[in-house]
Amino acid sequence: MEYAIVFLPLLGSFISGFFGKKLGDKYCQILTSLLVSISGILSLFIFYKVLAQDYSTSKLIFNWINSGNLQVNWSIVIDPLTAVMLVVVSLISSIIHFYSIGYMSHDPHKARFMAYLSLFTFAMLTLVTADNFLQLFFGWEGVGLCSYLLIGFWYKKPSANAAAIKAFIVNRVGDFGFAIGIFLIFFFYGTVNYDEVFQQTPLFIQKQVIFLGIEVNLITLICLLLFLGAMGKSAQIFLHTWLPDAMEGPTPVSALIHAATMVTAGIFLVVKCSPLFEYSQTALNVITIVGMMTAFFAATVALVQNDIKKIVAYSTCSQLGYMFFAAGVGAYHVAIFHLFTHAFFKALLFLGSGCVIHSFNDEQDIRSMGGVWKKIPYTYALMVIGTLALTGFPFLSGYYSKDAIIEFAYLKGSSIGYCASAIGIFTALLTAVYSWRLIFKTFHGKYNNKENNLNSIQESPLTMLIPSFLLAIGAIITGILFKEIFIGHNSQFWNNSILFLYSIQHDHPPIWLLVITPLIVILVIPIAYYLFVKNEKILKNLILKHQKVYDFLVNKWYFDDLYNFIFVEPIKKIGLFFWKKGDINTIDRYGPDGLSKLVKIFSNKAVNFQSGYLYHYAFVMLIGFSILLTYLILY
Amino acid sequence: MIEIGLGHYLSLASIIFAIGIIGIFLNRKNVIIILMSIELILLAVNINLVSFSIYLQDLVGQVFTMFILTVAAAEAAVGLAIIVIYYKNRGSINVEQISSLKG
Repeated sequence: MEYAIVFLPLLGSFISGFFGKKLGDKYCQILTSLLVSISGILSLFIFYKVLAQDYSTSKLIFNWINSGNLQVNWSIVIDPLTAVMLVVVSLISSIIHFYSIGYMSHDPHKARFMAYLSLFTFAMLTLVTADNFLQLFFGWEGVGLCSYLLIGFWYKKPSANAAAIKAFIVNRVGDFGFAIGIFLIFFFYGTVNYDEVFQQTPLFIQKQVIFLGIEVNLITLICLLLFLGAMGKSAQIFLHTWLPDAMEGPTPVSALIHAATMVTAGIFLVVKCSPLFEYSQTALNVITIVGMMTAFFAATVALVQNDIKKIVAYSTCSQLGYMFFAAGVGAYHVAIFHLFTHAFFKALLFLGSGCVIHSFNDEQDIRSMGGVWKKIPYTYALMVIGTLALTGFPFLSGYYSKDAIIEFAYLKGSSIGYCASAIGIFTALLTAVYSWRLIFKTFHGKYNNKENNLNSIQESPLTMLIPSFLLAIGAIITGILFKEIFIGHNSQFWNNSILFLYSIQHDHPPIWLLVITPLIVILVIPIAYYLFVKNEKILKNLILKHQKVYDFLVNKWYFDDLYNFIFVEPIKKIGLFFWKKGDINTIDRYGPDGLSKLVKIFSNKAVNFQSGYLYHYAFVMLIGFSILLTYLILY
Repeated sequence: MIEIGLGHYLSLASIIFAIGIIGIFLNRKNVIIILMSIELILLAVNINLVSFSIYLQDLVGQVFTMFILTVAAAEAAVGLAIIVIYYKNRGSINVEQISSLKG
């Protein structure tokens, strides 16, 4: 059964990738969707078994690398953490497979698209079921590759290609750290298998190593390097620039890869390695700070964006920040809980945006939408549910997970914990503002689209609405349903899959803390309605007064420009220098080009010998003969 | 009176030989002249052979000369035949125009 979960998507990808033309688009779509849904249903079953019977297993597929000390296996490990990830990945993936049938109905490359999606699912499943760092790294790079392929799916669009390459290169920075982290683990532990590494970790707590001339604690160093990888994959601040650009890909891709699954691989890594991270307070503090900064930064940028998908993308970035600071304050289970709920409502928001974009004939700018909520009531309802869940409206899924994060940060008791919870509350406010801005600008107010007639706006087809509807159910109920299991005080669900070195505080947080976030979230709705629909002048005046702040936010804190200035431009110049001066003017000029020129000159000279006149030949013959003779006579 | 000795014969032979060689590559007109130049070279060689044969009192040189004369006659015949055919094909035996060997 475990084999089927992991390998059915690969089978689907293989068939539709290599035999797509023979089978026809329709069969490819149905086949891949079916295979992935089987895997989804099986993983639900596994999840139930883990939940009810504490089921856990480790299935060896084969011995991958066996070289000296290095013993690496391919295997499938099922533990509670993996089971949760399996459900998230395969279930959402199958829903999105079905959604894609509707969304990509006008695309000429359906089979290729489905093949990539299934391949992605396979890579993500190998990532979460790994029992060692190397297999994890394989899955890690596999999802990176699929992300690249899918962002650049519309390869005729230059912007899509640029975004794909950007995503790949920014991830390289993180993966570099990740790879060094794995090397360090192997160097000091002599193994890359989770179990052995985690068992040996307590022995290395005091170990100091010299890295780049600085003496640091080994565990801290490893954790920070692994976290660098996680930052790249999960689009944390400094390495986040690729995520908004990745929205160039088709919307189902954004929903599956850049909201629900791949970007959460970083969270999964940190939580999986909790037995490492727990021994390094420094690394945990760094994670908390980075998470806080990302949550806050992304939320502020989302406030002023106008592209519907970019708003949701920045929102994803911000929510990932939440998960990281939850992990940073030691509440790994809450981080995973938020990952779980977030996967549903964020995928829902993306699918909803996809429906909106579909209805508006590929319009993505929310300034040219508005006033259509009566025209597309189902899409509207789906988006509202997603937004309510995202903002943490009471009793929807986001409410439980986000509030839990803020509470746990507060209960941590340290200054960094208080700071994190304060930022968390403030970011929740920002989240509510930008989410409702999205809703009101898109569905309420005046109809602003010039290209499409209001009457031509139509509801999306059922193949798109039904999957979104399933996700909406998930977004509503996952919070209530799994709260006790995932983060309940007496829950034994996680067993040994997460290590808590310091037992979690079970005190009740003060009442005001429990009330403040939902209160803010509810209050924001009417205020946002007033500001964005009824009276837009206030905001316009505000923008005019604080033009600089507005520009700062619109330009995403100038991160892209800064990176352009620091990295891209100098490297471009160096590259140009080496290309023009080094390669063309030196190596080529004196190397291959020079040689071929020389040969050409000589052969041009030699051609003159062959004049075709008899008497020339005879003359040369005579001269040659006499030289030969002279030589023979004289010597 | 000057005694005519081996030196004179050899000088005559080398002069004829030189005329023959110069005739080959200074000639810009006719293939037949090349043929004649080759004959001259052969004759120079013959003079050499005959004079040495007398000087050394050895008949072998004169026998060789007879052979060379025969071969030269045959060669002249073949050469002339080639030229005739060539003229039939190309309509000219001008050396300047024979350059179809050029690639």
